[in-house]
Amino acid sequence: MSHDDKFKSGDERLVYMANQIATFFTSQPKEEQVAGVADHINKFWEPRMRTHLFQIIEQGGMGLSPMVMEASGQINRPKAA
Amino acid sequence: MCGTQERGTDKRFVEEIDYGTPAVRSDKTVTLTIDGQSVTVPEGTSIMRAAREAGIAVPKLCANDMVKSFGSCRLCLVEIEGKGGTPASCTTPAMDGIAVNTRTDRLNTIRRGVMELYMSDHPEDCAACAMGNCEMANMAESVGLKQNRYGDEGANHLEPSPIGEHGVNFKELDVSNPYFAYDPSKCIVCSLCVRACEEQQGTFALTVEGRGFESRITAGMDEPFLQSECVSCGACVQACPTGALQEKSIIEMGMPDHSAVTTCAYCGVGCSFKAEMKGEEVVRMVPYKDGKANRGHSCVKGRFAYGYATHKDRILNPMIREKITDPWREVSWEEVYAHIGSEIGRIQEKYGRAAVGGITSSRCTNEETYLVQKLVRQGFGNNNVDTCARVCHSPTGYGLKTTFGTSAGTQDFDSVEHSDVVLVIGANPTDGHPVFGSRLKKRLREGAKLIVIDPRRIELVRTPHVEASYHLPLKPGTNVAVLTALAHVIVSEGLFNEAFIRERCDWDEFQDWASFVLQPENSPEAIEKMSGVSAELIRGAARLYATGGNGAIYYGLGVTEHSQGSTTVMAIANLAMATGNIGRPGVGVNPLRGQNNVQGSCDMGSFPHEMPGYRHISEDATRAIYESLWGVKLDNEPGLRIPNMLDAAVEGTFKALYVQGEDILQSDPNTHHVAAGLEAMECVIVHDLFLNETANYAHIFLPGSTFLEKDGTFTNAERRINRVRKVMEPKNGYADWEVTQDMARALGQDWNYTHPSEIMAEIAATTPSFAGVTYELLEKEGSVQWPCNEKAPTGTPVMHIDGFVRGKGKFVRTAYVATDEKVGPRFPLLLTTGRILSQYNVGAQTRRTENVVWHEEDLLEIHPFDAETRGVREGDWVKLKSRSGETSLRATITERVAPGVVYTTFHHPATQANVVTTEYSDWATNCPEYKVTAVQVAPSNGPSEWQEDYEEHARQSRRIVHVEAAE
Repeated sequence: MSHDDKFKSGDERLVYMANQIATFFTSQPKEEQVAGVADHINKFWEPRMRTHLFQIIEQGGMGLSPMVMEASGQINRPKAA
Repeated sequence: MCGTQERGTDKRFVEEIDYGTPAVRSDKTVTLTIDGQSVTVPEGTSIMRAAREAGIAVPKLCANDMVKSFGSCRLCLVEIEGKGGTPASCTTPAMDGIAVNTRTDRLNTIRRGVMELYMSDHPEDCAACAMGNCEMANMAESVGLKQNRYGDEGANHLEPSPIGEHGVNFKELDVSNPYFAYDPSKCIVCSLCVRACEEQQGTFALTVEGRGFESRITAGMDEPFLQSECVSCGACVQACPTGALQEKSIIEMGMPDHSAVTTCAYCGVGCSFKAEMKGEEVVRMVPYKDGKANRGHSCVKGRFAYGYATHKDRILNPMIREKITDPWREVSWEEVYAHIGSEIGRIQEKYGRAAVGGITSSRCTNEETYLVQKLVRQGFGNNNVDTCARVCHSPTGYGLKTTFGTSAGTQDFDSVEHSDVVLVIGANPTDGHPVFGSRLKKRLREGAKLIVIDPRRIELVRTPHVEASYHLPLKPGTNVAVLTALAHVIVSEGLFNEAFIRERCDWDEFQDWASFVLQPENSPEAIEKMSGVSAELIRGAARLYATGGNGAIYYGLGVTEHSQGSTTVMAIANLAMATGNIGRPGVGVNPLRGQNNVQGSCDMGSFPHEMPGYRHISEDATRAIYESLWGVKLDNEPGLRIPNMLDAAVEGTFKALYVQGEDILQSDPNTHHVAAGLEAMECVIVHDLFLNETANYAHIFLPGSTFLEKDGTFTNAERRINRVRKVMEPKNGYADWEVTQDMARALGQDWNYTHPSEIMAEIAATTPSFAGVTYELLEKEGSVQWPCNEKAPTGTPVMHIDGFVRGKGKFVRTAYVATDEKVGPRFPLLLTTGRILSQYNVGAQTRRTENVVWHEEDLLEIHPFDAETRGVREGDWVKLKSRSGETSLRATITERVAPGVVYTTFHHPATQANVVTTEYSDWATNCPEYKVTAVQVAPSNGPSEWQEDYEEHARQSRRIVHVEAAE
């Protein structure tokens, strides 16, 4: 009964959430933008989510906004589980 | 102020003094003599009140200290030396130097005469008199009335004798209200009930009809109470001196013999009540005048809707089952704990430490919530803990922490008495937070101005003696745009408070923000196009808020439950800072919290990224405090939030969940997704009063206890820590904190709390903002608002007085981003959701009370225009469809919603309104976007297939196999 194409799941949802964060910080003062995205993801994303995010980035970051890509250098890479 | 009194048993009865007329605030005092005693009171105080403060009770029937005096009963007459006549002490102000006598022969004679007339028309067999619940008997005794010379021969209001010659004015008993009865034959038309309805509740449902001897109290247009505008708050019942208005429970059970002050377990107002008991049974709940949130007022839920506590649906024994398609099997507590221990162990062994988590309850006490997060952090060894605030006020946490430095409302509720302009956005206080709604209406009737920003024409927009100066009926999803436009006007017209900003905020940040809001795309004219609110209304509202005096903002879930929820909270904070409306009574930013302990559950470290007191899990110093106390190493990484847990479950890395006192299946968005997540787990533990909807997917059920059955504290929307007091033994055997403790022990933790006060001691010892909180202090003060510590030993009514918690207040740019949930040809209407007065949240409690007479089912509100074009008539079944799912419910046609907008509540599981809500959520906190769903509405024949399937699934999954003598 679930998982029809009507709602986003998995990676698609993660990309969407990351982009939403980037969209907010796009409107912030320049120096707070990239750092803001990275800080937000570090503070609120559980390691599994960040691991997935890095997988997506490593596969070319399909769908991720440029600001998320730029922030990825400042996002903490989770310790191997 | 109040005291407790022995009543022959070891149980105490809380007595409150009635001072006769309300307290008066004045800088000046006057000194007078009453019966030879010198008394000093604030100028404007009545003689009656002055006397009572000196310990002298003047006889009275038509006065109490909750409403203005009226001077109708003529019992409270006094003599003033050197003055003629016998003025009523309730309406005569105390004056400097006068000498008052309250008991003279002349006064006694007059009072006896008055009382004799009253009693000649009072039923001789008055049950209330016999029970001691009728002031008439007390007053007759007090004035020494011994005879009735008039008999019952003449005209009267009494029930006719079987022969039928008397009582031409008799009116039948009205028992239409499920909770109280109105017996007109006992009524003396003192009008206390009318005044209580007007002044305390602000509904104006009651009136005195007719004149002279014919005058009667009637509800509405001489209707039964239930059919009138009466909202069943109970204020009239409390006020009635004669038993004409009386709780049915008193009629059925008689008077209570002991009582305790406790805190309501419904909304975030956190009203104090006296739970009046007879043995183990609640006879009635009476609002407590010393309760600082409610000041003696109540609503239908807290006052009357406690019957769920003893409802037959309550589950009283632990149960387990292997598969969610199996029937439940009752087991002993030992067995259930052993099972939990082995299941959690097995799952963590197989899938890793992070494969399990917990959800704390915003309905449980602070102490219980603290223990659940401790269980997760210490016992499970991870930070996968979240709470229902995720789906309601998590954006408040993020937004206010970012701008002010801490996640909390800035004021106490008393503050509204000092407000000149009140801006209500995305909240419907008269339904959602009724007692605060009444306090707000009172202030508005005194002349404060009101701005409402809401897609619906909520009751406050126009209600008796209250009318909003501005109603901005914005399109759902455009809060940020409208708030930024308000800021645009304030900045462009120079209405900001430069001195405040320079002193309290960072001037450069302000200038950056100012240049942002001044951008042409944020002008009212530009915003008009997307929000549907005319530029003129936006400009008018902005000017009023900025220049009208003390400006206070109150907001609710209509702000937070959006994809820009956190941005909206910051936009609100920006407005308050820009206008200097922070840091004193009458102003501030005030989130109206949904559930009784949402504030507390957030305070207690229920979020996966925060320890108690809003300290981020990555802070080494904070973790060190708990690590040394708990003897474990804490994970420094944030855990999963509820929607992330469900995602991880679907993905296969999250396998077990302990849910205390929440019903995520019904309350969380996109029911299909929640169901899929829960189905994918191997061990779902539900700890609740009832087999709720989430329990349909559970493997282990732990019976919960009600607020009447345990000690603890709740923290309301004003940060007020209020005591919850146990008045009966838990029907399930154990308070919730005891169950969590035993679970922790089953997981190998050495927990030995013997009373919730010991848990609070641990909270205070580890959390700076709670450092001063003890049960002794709460006993002494009644309640305290955190921060409560060395700097504020009795708490903090108003925050950020001399500076913001974070230092300088932070202005944040709030660019409007339209939600991706857009209307289009397939889904042309916007659905927004909310609640109504008589029901609460998912309805698990209120649906199990008589409150269902007001709201049997969820209805879809639709504008006549939209209804007409779809061929929908009043009461028709309609199909409500979004891209997430569809459900069916009945329609009601109303202009409360604008064309293009439909609205419903989520109180009934049969409706499953959340089947249609989407997975879109706040960018910062994942708080779901409940308030905006693109939908289509079409006539239908009845419930949808999903509803029927679900109904069957629910029925199947609630089967219980009973075993004999389960411990």
